[in-house]
Amino acid sequence: MSTIQKGIEDGPAMSSRVLKTVVLVVCCAVVVIPFLGVISTSIASQQHVTNSGGFVLWPDALHLDAYKAIFNGGVVQRALLVSVVIAVGGTLISLAGSTMLAYSLSRPGSFGQRPILMIVLFSILFSPGLIPNYLVVKQFGLLDSLFALILPTAISGFNVIVLRSFFMGIPDSVLDSARIDGAGDFRIFWSIVLPLSRAVLAVVGLFYAVGYWNAFFNAMLYISDTAKWPLQLVLRTYVINNTELSSGDLGGAAADQLPPQESIQMAILVVSLVPILIVYPFLQRHFAKGMLTGAVKG
Amino acid sequence: MARTDALNSLQTDRTTPSDRAGATGSGPPGTATDRRFGRRSGSRSGSRSGSRSGGKPLSWWARARRDKVLLLMALPGLVLLLVFHYLPLLGNLIAFQEYLPFVPFGRSAWVGLDNFAVIFNGDQEFLNALKNTLLITLVQVIFVFPAPIALALLLNSLLSERIKRVVQSVLYLPHFLSWVIVIAIFQQILGGSGLINNFLRSHGMGTIDFLGNPDSFIALLTSQVIWKDTGWGTILFLAALTQIDPGLYEAARVDGASRWRQLWHVTVPGIRGLIILLLILRLGDSLTVGFEQIILQQNLVGRPASEVLDTYVYNNGVLAGQWGVSAAVGLVKGLVAVVLVLGANKIAHIFGEAGVYQK
Repeated sequence: MSTIQKGIEDGPAMSSRVLKTVVLVVCCAVVVIPFLGVISTSIASQQHVTNSGGFVLWPDALHLDAYKAIFNGGVVQRALLVSVVIAVGGTLISLAGSTMLAYSLSRPGSFGQRPILMIVLFSILFSPGLIPNYLVVKQFGLLDSLFALILPTAISGFNVIVLRSFFMGIPDSVLDSARIDGAGDFRIFWSIVLPLSRAVLAVVGLFYAVGYWNAFFNAMLYISDTAKWPLQLVLRTYVINNTELSSGDLGGAAADQLPPQESIQMAILVVSLVPILIVYPFLQRHFAKGMLTGAVKG
Repeated sequence: MARTDALNSLQTDRTTPSDRAGATGSGPPGTATDRRFGRRSGSRSGSRSGSRSGGKPLSWWARARRDKVLLLMALPGLVLLLVFHYLPLLGNLIAFQEYLPFVPFGRSAWVGLDNFAVIFNGDQEFLNALKNTLLITLVQVIFVFPAPIALALLLNSLLSERIKRVVQSVLYLPHFLSWVIVIAIFQQILGGSGLINNFLRSHGMGTIDFLGNPDSFIALLTSQVIWKDTGWGTILFLAALTQIDPGLYEAARVDGASRWRQLWHVTVPGIRGLIILLLILRLGDSLTVGFEQIILQQNLVGRPASEVLDTYVYNNGVLAGQWGVSAAVGLVKGLVAVVLVLGANKIAHIFGEAGVYQK
């Protein structure tokens, strides 16, 4: 691989090497500096934040007041809980539905496979549109229910296809020997296929989880009860729209003890970033493979 | 990107001959499917017919009973897809009604094609949304599309594998952030009290209104998309670059080609097919431009500068209560989008057979 990629290199001139380094350093800085600033502002002291006009690139000290304020039982803490419930519950529902659907589509010649596969494939090609989706959610009485944030996006046709092609790669001999031993279809799925598919389950599961965690618009559309707001909606209201967090929003802390709004805002941003940063190394290791299954394999 | 992969796997699915044999049987369901069934069992050992029925064709009902566990397993996922992807298609009927939310479903008055008048009579707001949508697509095809190609070429020319990996790790990250987070971060940098304006202020210069200026809104959107997705977009190009035969570079070098000429005559032709394919697929998505991204920033620049078709549907329908008109616009947009995507898919397929993904 490395020899191939070095193919074009033939003793590069010094100037072009410098130029490349500069361009890449700038690209990385453009990504990294904002993160640095966000984290720094969330832990900087009030004075420092005020002096530097609201955004600190490097903190003078480590102050966790902003985090204490948002984890004092207020809006943010509740929203974090909602987001975790949706991400975890949603991912479980998505994985259960998708793997079972994919498995039943992976057995050659099973009854009804062709039409079911078509239903899955065409669901990738079009989206029904905002208004009709809203009407269906409303008709099922899911407005203001957390299920409205899970069920409509629970099955991604693309993920089902990825899982299916993985399942189809499991040698038939493995499954047949289990069948000869008397295992039924569900038993084979549960005790042979799933354990053999841990890697792809992890990737698909993480993609679902990140999707649920990042989803914002469905919550804006379907959830009007602020007690059920997920974190992204809180982030929009208090950070993007700059609504001031009152002491009531923060679990009743005394107003004069509150850390600066900028720090609180950045602390909310950090809290919503952390789960992504935690799963990112896993995602990064596997995603290229996952991406390419769909794209280059054919 | 996800759409691209999906389409490709769709093509893959359609073109795998052993598995797709006899896709459309015109005879009675039983015989058609059994014919396919038989052929399949030939191509895959130990498939259902082989191990269970000894090759004899089974009746429709017997096969359904035999596969009842599999069918039950498919059910939950299938129901979710049908309810939330296919049932809403019926909801499009309100495009032909004077829909009022408090009137029970199906009782609204039918108004024929009245709701479509905004489209065909050239309603000002609708035309503006259409114009913005197409303009944003145009600008993004010009500025966003080439960015990952350039970055992939740059990464590809790096000597150190380790540096390359570190740079990739950093640059892929923004793709996984939500639009809410990305826009919040942009505000911290470009906002009135953000990094750049603080710097300008502390050096005695005037501040610049990056976020609320309608004239530069498209530039703002474009820069955000570039920031978020350029790194991620390099993946496909990097994969294609590794497929180029190193012998070609060697031959070019022997012929005395400079590095620029190698780039132009070996590297670019090597990924040209992929570039064309992705460009076609992007054009198939012309009517869809960053809905979440725009709706989050719309109140800063106002609707005239930022309204696109998707936000038009949301603002006029859900917020302003013109459900029927919005559904009509959404329906037409959806239909045109499907035609564009299928057309793009078709063209991409032609190019694909010309050697993009052949294997």
